[in-house]
Amino acid sequence: MRDKVLIGYGQGFWGDSILGPVRLVREGPLDYLALDYLAEVTMSIMQKLKGRNPKAGYATDFVAMLDRTLPDIAKKGIKVVANAGGVNPQACLDAVLDLARKKGIKGLKVGIIEGDDILARVPDLLAKGHDLKNMDDGRALAAVQGKLLSANVYIGAFAVAECLAAGAQIVIGGRLTDPALVAGPMIHEFGWKAGEWDKLAAGTMAGHIAECGAQCTGGNYTGWREVQDFVRIGYPIIEASPDGSFVVTKHDGTGGLINRNTVVSQLLYEMGDPKRYLGPDCTADFTSAKIEEVGKDRVRLSGIKGGPATPTYKVSLSYLNGFKTTGQLTVSGPDAVAKAKLCADIVWGRLALDGCTFEEHQKLVEIVGAGVCHAGISESANPPEVVLRLGVKCDDEDKVDRFGMEIVPLVTSGPPGVTGFAGGRPKATDIVGYWPALLDKTTVQTKVRVEVS
Amino acid sequence: MAKVKLGSFAFARSGDKGDGSNVGVFVTNAKDYELIKAQLTVERVKRHFHAICKGEVTRYEAPNMFALNFLLRDSLGGGGSESLKTDAQGKTHGLALLELEVER
Repeated sequence: MRDKVLIGYGQGFWGDSILGPVRLVREGPLDYLALDYLAEVTMSIMQKLKGRNPKAGYATDFVAMLDRTLPDIAKKGIKVVANAGGVNPQACLDAVLDLARKKGIKGLKVGIIEGDDILARVPDLLAKGHDLKNMDDGRALAAVQGKLLSANVYIGAFAVAECLAAGAQIVIGGRLTDPALVAGPMIHEFGWKAGEWDKLAAGTMAGHIAECGAQCTGGNYTGWREVQDFVRIGYPIIEASPDGSFVVTKHDGTGGLINRNTVVSQLLYEMGDPKRYLGPDCTADFTSAKIEEVGKDRVRLSGIKGGPATPTYKVSLSYLNGFKTTGQLTVSGPDAVAKAKLCADIVWGRLALDGCTFEEHQKLVEIVGAGVCHAGISESANPPEVVLRLGVKCDDEDKVDRFGMEIVPLVTSGPPGVTGFAGGRPKATDIVGYWPALLDKTTVQTKVRVEVS
Repeated sequence: MAKVKLGSFAFARSGDKGDGSNVGVFVTNAKDYELIKAQLTVERVKRHFHAICKGEVTRYEAPNMFALNFLLRDSLGGGGSESLKTDAQGKTHGLALLELEVER
């Protein structure tokens, strides 16, 4: 057994910079590269793409990233763990094998984890008494069942470890939890077993720190003036030990900052109850960790305690919940705020003239520059200019499109100083409703398969 | 004791939890931790976010991080894809909390 394993986290979310993984592979030692390509809305988009094309429905960014890094990854023996499979891990595997062959890389082992996608199983699960009720508001799934777009179980780290044990150098999952991408390699390398709650909690906590990429290395840090060289910000590396302790660090010579503050900042991100951080493999007590700076850009966490996992998996379902759009214009001073308010009233008034009305909760007016993000806390009465953002949402796509046609006329038929209209008329887009639920673990079996280039 | 902005000695990070905003704030020593525990009450934070948070506020304590974590329910205009708001994920709410004035 290795006494130390280096797990880098190169992609914090769908749309993160390709420089993260490219530089992690090039700029220093690395054993594992973990990458998160999914967000809650992503799965519904991917299901739609797969509906049109059976070879689609995975994160093509992942393949584009491998196009730049695969030779180095193959040469250095770096293992890759990603949830890039989306709703079609097999198609993603095929694309990666094609790429490897094109690059003349023989013998590359690529594995997939399947079983998280339960969309087709929903009617059967409901018939068997698994109600999948909304865990936030208790509603029965029947309310949205005809409009479902995706349904995925959050799969944990043991499935990742199983795929690594099957020999995969590249592990492609669907809806794996973000921390599982880090905890999985630890389980595999150190032989941790189900029931070793403290170690599993440590792996989960390490994964939570790393899961947003540069957000633990100086990104989005409220002490931002302390951070050097944002351009070359280093992505995080978890230096893991068999006892569950680990160091959060980054490659020498990269930009950014790792200290107690940047790590604690990320621990708090979307944390919920710190004593009971829930995951598929264990519960973790974030308040048990000893957190210490042990060198430049090195923070060590130890003593982490965990407890048994719950008997249920979290399931993320999505459904079509109407349509929305937003449009914006820039309004210059003098009197920018008063003129922006007038513009908004004109739009609602003209729509009403044409028989198109919206309820208050379906409308949005934001005067960006006058205090939108921190409404009621810091506002400005007379900024030199503002951006007026207007939006609507409702079940009627035509009404949403009708709204989109009344923004640009303001330039010539409203108060003076209205400009900055670009990008055409705002068009209606789908609202993807999010439906979190719980599902008995005994109903879900994951399976792994490995293929070779 | 003087009135100072929380942001002059504390740090924060925020993000979404469904339609709620998860706002974490922390300081760097035990004395300041006692201060924020005493002054950043649920009521005070709810009042501070009166124009943003339409639901209830829950507070959690993490003494090992000198941190408090607040869940501000119904703060994101529906959250995720449902929201029309600029800050649909509550990314800026941590900085908004740091604007609060405390006695120190």
